[in-house]
Amino acid sequence: MTSLLDVEDLSVVFRTERGALTAVNSVSFDLAAGETLAIVGESGSGKSVTALSLLGLLGEAGRIAGGSVRFDGEDITRPEAERLRRIRGNQIAMIFQEPMSSLNPVLTIGEQVAEPLRLHKGLGRAEAMAAAGDLLERVAIPDARARLTDYPHHFSGGMRQRVMIAMALACQPKLIIADEPTTALDVTVQAQILDLLKSLTRDLNSGMILITHDLGVVARYADRVAVMYAGRIIESAPARELFSAPRHPYTIGLMGSTPRLASGPKARLATIPGQPPDLAALPAGCAFAPRCPHVREACRSAPPPVETDAGGRRLACYGHG
Amino acid sequence: MADRMESALNLERPGPGDGDLLRVEDLSVHFPVMGGGLLPRRIGSVQAVDGVSFSIRRGETFSIVGESGCGKSTTAMAVLRMQPVTSGRIWFDGEDITTWGPDAMRPVRRRIQTVFQDPYASLNPRMKVGAIIAEPLEVHRVGDSDARRRRTADLMKLVGLLPDMAERYPHEFSGGQRQRISIARALALEPDLVVCDEAVSALDVSIQAQILNLLMELQERLGLAYLFISHDLSVVRHISDRIAVMYLGRIVETGRRDELFSSPRHPYTQALLASAPSADPALEASRSAVALAGEPPSPRNPPAGCRFHPRCQAAFGPCSSRSPELVFEGDSAAVACHLFPPKA
Repeated sequence: MTSLLDVEDLSVVFRTERGALTAVNSVSFDLAAGETLAIVGESGSGKSVTALSLLGLLGEAGRIAGGSVRFDGEDITRPEAERLRRIRGNQIAMIFQEPMSSLNPVLTIGEQVAEPLRLHKGLGRAEAMAAAGDLLERVAIPDARARLTDYPHHFSGGMRQRVMIAMALACQPKLIIADEPTTALDVTVQAQILDLLKSLTRDLNSGMILITHDLGVVARYADRVAVMYAGRIIESAPARELFSAPRHPYTIGLMGSTPRLASGPKARLATIPGQPPDLAALPAGCAFAPRCPHVREACRSAPPPVETDAGGRRLACYGHG
Repeated sequence: MADRMESALNLERPGPGDGDLLRVEDLSVHFPVMGGGLLPRRIGSVQAVDGVSFSIRRGETFSIVGESGCGKSTTAMAVLRMQPVTSGRIWFDGEDITTWGPDAMRPVRRRIQTVFQDPYASLNPRMKVGAIIAEPLEVHRVGDSDARRRRTADLMKLVGLLPDMAERYPHEFSGGQRQRISIARALALEPDLVVCDEAVSALDVSIQAQILNLLMELQERLGLAYLFISHDLSVVRHISDRIAVMYLGRIVETGRRDELFSSPRHPYTQALLASAPSADPALEASRSAVALAGEPPSPRNPPAGCRFHPRCQAAFGPCSSRSPELVFEGDSAAVACHLFPPKA
């Protein structure tokens, strides 16, 4: 199986008032066409920064400090700006959490959905507008064509996210990166949007990276899962295996902290003691060591190396096995 | 109007004062909608809460669950008397407090406390944490300053904070610790009822678990009742004794936790449960796709009849014209759906 995306040893560093922060630290993963990889973690784990770095959207303060990102066999970490723009619009699409802040409030929905079609596909105005109507229909916006002349504020949160998906799909991307795409939406609308994304990516045979904090969403939509903690992927595995037999103490703690629909009455949740670490003051060894119930001597001296087993599970922990 | 009268008369539960700590009967909260023009005038109203009834016993957790705009937070605000009531009644510990003024409410306010979603917004950034927790004690003139300091230290220990953190400011704390501060303040006056409005929604899951455990421990130790407002079904299932599901201003179903989750009757409850993903890939793989199409209509112009009928796959004859009553079966389970008519 050739990878659509191959990320190796990727590190991202931000300049801050408190010095350089390593937000993403030697992260490696790959993604095949048609596959959905979920990257999960809590605030500050580096999951969103990982996604942004793939598109070169780190802003002024951040930079890729090491590693490579190969997309379709080509390293896209340092391509010329023009080429990145072409790949970004054409082959990699991104969907963010807050559709209102990603849509331009003074342009009609039709103008905004048509724009990438004109820019990347070279369609004329009328052609692009007709294609925009088709796209809105595909993402199940009721009365789609009549709504091309509406403005974003006429749309509900769920409908705006459908518009974002329509724009993302305009150029039939090979890779879709969705960063908490439904976190701002109600649960019934969330199910509609994620089902839609899943079926459209299946139709296009695109790969999807789903960034989320919600283990329920992961369980329903992901083929594989990577768990991040303090900038590193500490465990990754096929979704079913990760849920049925989590190995890293942090993954186990995260699962235990999650209230499940099947849990017992008023049972106490198995919590992780303490607070997430401060990225500016990480310990020398494993970043999870101060909260880990199985911590041992080696954990405090150097971060554990990532080991891959026969089943494709990757684990960074001294204490396993 | 007529069917609201009916639903009030239909309550089979006995009158107030029989052990219910809080009892809300036929509560409605309507917001005026003002028209533009030179002289703004009222051109309609949003029926944010429309004929809601429920009760909470001592030491019990009662949750209201629903999506944005269903009226769950407005219901909580009305109970707290932070939101004017359009009609209906609110009893607390056997007394009708619906129209009580600020002076009469003062002793009641000691006994009903709140924990809100956003501990960043609800803690005064210029006050030290010790002063924040002691503030309710000062406002209600409880004890002298030494006694208040001792009580503050005890409260901080109770919620898992170190007493020597009292001299710090809120910004020095993480989100989970700030929610502990909010809880300590809420407990300062030994309330009977704590209203938790999305109290764990902004927290990361590992921190959320710590706070949920803390809330359950405090309930056992102090005999607190919770009115727990949340959109998160997993959390609600975890913490509740009884649950009400709201849709567009009305309770569509209520019941004990296990009954409601194992055999939901209202089609909206069923759709809501089917939409919420559970952290279990095997269970998720066995589910069908989209549970519910469309989005809730505006509460400014709610559909006639059952408010859920335009989205309901089971809708039939009476649903578009007649609003179903909330029909009790036994003492706690009730559903408002024409599929389950009152027994003759």
